[in-house]
Amino acid sequence: MAEKALIRIEGVTKRFGQFAAVDDVTLDIAEGEFFALLGPSGCGKTTLLRMIAGLEVPSEGRILIDGEDMAGVPPNRRPVNMVFQSYAVFPHMSVADNVAYGLRMEGVPKAERADRVAEALALVKLDGLEARRPDQLSGGQRQRVALARALVKRPRVLLLDEPLSALDAKLREQMRFELAQIQDEVGVTFVMVTHDQDEALALATRCAVMNRGLLQQVATPDDLYEYPASRFVADFIGSVNLFEGELAVDEPGHAMVTCPTLAAPIYVDHGVTGGTGTTVWAAIRPEKIEMLHRPEGGLPPTVAGVPAGSNVVAGIIRHIAYLGSETVYEVDAEGGARVKVLRPNVARYEERGFDWDEPVWLAWHPRSPAVLLS
Amino acid sequence: MATSEEQDWKRARGPFAAVFTAPALWLLAFFVVPLAIVWAYSFGETTTPTTIEISGTFRHYVRAFDPVYLEIFLKSAWMAALTTALCLVVGFPVALAITFAPERAKAWLLLLIMLPFWTNLLIRTYALMAVLRREGYVNAGIGRIAEALGWQFDPLPLLHNNFAVVLGLVYVNLPFLVLPLYAALDRLDRSLLEASLDLGAGHLRTIREIVVPLAMPGILSGLLITFIPALGSYLTPDLLGGPDSQMIANVIERQFKRANDWPFGAALSFILMYLTFILIAGQTVLAGRRRRREP
Repeated sequence: MAEKALIRIEGVTKRFGQFAAVDDVTLDIAEGEFFALLGPSGCGKTTLLRMIAGLEVPSEGRILIDGEDMAGVPPNRRPVNMVFQSYAVFPHMSVADNVAYGLRMEGVPKAERADRVAEALALVKLDGLEARRPDQLSGGQRQRVALARALVKRPRVLLLDEPLSALDAKLREQMRFELAQIQDEVGVTFVMVTHDQDEALALATRCAVMNRGLLQQVATPDDLYEYPASRFVADFIGSVNLFEGELAVDEPGHAMVTCPTLAAPIYVDHGVTGGTGTTVWAAIRPEKIEMLHRPEGGLPPTVAGVPAGSNVVAGIIRHIAYLGSETVYEVDAEGGARVKVLRPNVARYEERGFDWDEPVWLAWHPRSPAVLLS
Repeated sequence: MATSEEQDWKRARGPFAAVFTAPALWLLAFFVVPLAIVWAYSFGETTTPTTIEISGTFRHYVRAFDPVYLEIFLKSAWMAALTTALCLVVGFPVALAITFAPERAKAWLLLLIMLPFWTNLLIRTYALMAVLRREGYVNAGIGRIAEALGWQFDPLPLLHNNFAVVLGLVYVNLPFLVLPLYAALDRLDRSLLEASLDLGAGHLRTIREIVVPLAMPGILSGLLITFIPALGSYLTPDLLGGPDSQMIANVIERQFKRANDWPFGAALSFILMYLTFILIAGQTVLAGRRRRREP
């Protein structure tokens, strides 16, 4: 990372009794990033966020913001502000009073306060609703109040705890777009906690995937998807076919994995750091598997750049899930594996579509599988 | 699951009668009827020392506004108000501490608050007398220290005065305030407090700006629940008070016993009860208005 780290998390552990909610996490977040902490519920992502905010105290390790150790600095003295999952909009104050609250605590003079509140409300498109009380607002509007209330403080870092989880699907998509736009506009570093991989992939410049308190992988969204570091990441981000097998060939330029549940070996056009004989997992995304009709007695298709017989397997379609924009097929492959294949529905009516119980060939490019060691 | 039809007492008269009859009769026999008798007495005359004739007179109500009694009413209200205020000062931090105590400790702390309820009031009051009297634990304790330091110490007059009454009333009524206060504070959404801290407010400002306004309905009902029994206190001023610290309940007692003027005692009782009704009605109206504003 070229930029200087705005938030530095060094060996941070948080224990609740015997249980380590966050386990020895080290992480740098750069100025201006839209950073996502992603993981299943209970993985420690919210605890980590709350430690950055100062609402929880690390059991071990330290957190630096702008080079300054935050140990002993209470939440009200930190250059960060938070948008809470429940929004935590003060029910006894109007929209304008909610947004002005942080400035009032800071001692910002009244005239300047009014200007900044108006500016923040315009940013989140709530101008005109200044006098409303929170119970007269929709969920989406309440969230905008929470956003304006935090941003009006001009924090170095804005922390967002599951910002979109309480909204319905349509609104969520719209807010997702707006969040990105607002971040672009104010240029503040955003750190967002989410369990929704789509949200993280769509918004974040970088993501940290966590599981059981441990940091699994930190990468850009496309690297997370295309180059997952472990089975957990591969499975958590998107949908994946995982084949357990053995590394049969491991050369600098190529490798071969044999799987007991797949009749054909999996050939990849890069080396694997493992050595032959090690147990590995080949991860292939459903959209990276090509499906072809398999007429009676027909020869298997050839895949360019791979030894004959590898990366092609016969199968029978067992299940079809039509999802509108795409269709997911579940195919019983020769060898026993159930393989998911995704095909975009490019045409409104396909002349030679696929049907239940149809024999097919499955083939994949040597660059498609990711070989995972853990 | 019971349907709304089954829950509607107008349709399910049988079950409703089965559940409702016994308590209704109980209330009628032991609350409404005695109260009605006392109410009737308040419009009567004592004809002989053992008979009262209901004559419909308002004489006793008029007499209750005699400056002597008005002063005692006012004094009772003042003592009850002072007690309530002191209970709030002492009880608010206690309720706040219980709210933020670890989950396991909460139940024990609440038990500690409620424990005095399970001891007879008379015994507790006598215990307080043992602490406060001239040779009591407080005076003896200070005396011991003064003696060790070689100072002259005259025992403090702690018992049989207004100070002792207010202290006793605070002691007796504190749980009445702590419990509703705790209930109100515990209901508060913690993330609101965290948001306040996050937005730059310190703990004291968070209490002033967020906790108190949001807990206000609970605080008000706590104050009322403390004030009403304090206003009608009988035992505490009787045992801990001096000659000038009698409250209205003591005067009422005297009418029924030594003075043998039941009609006047009944009138005073009802005035006390009307005062209580007015306070409760006022609070209900306030709460209703608040609820309409913040549904």
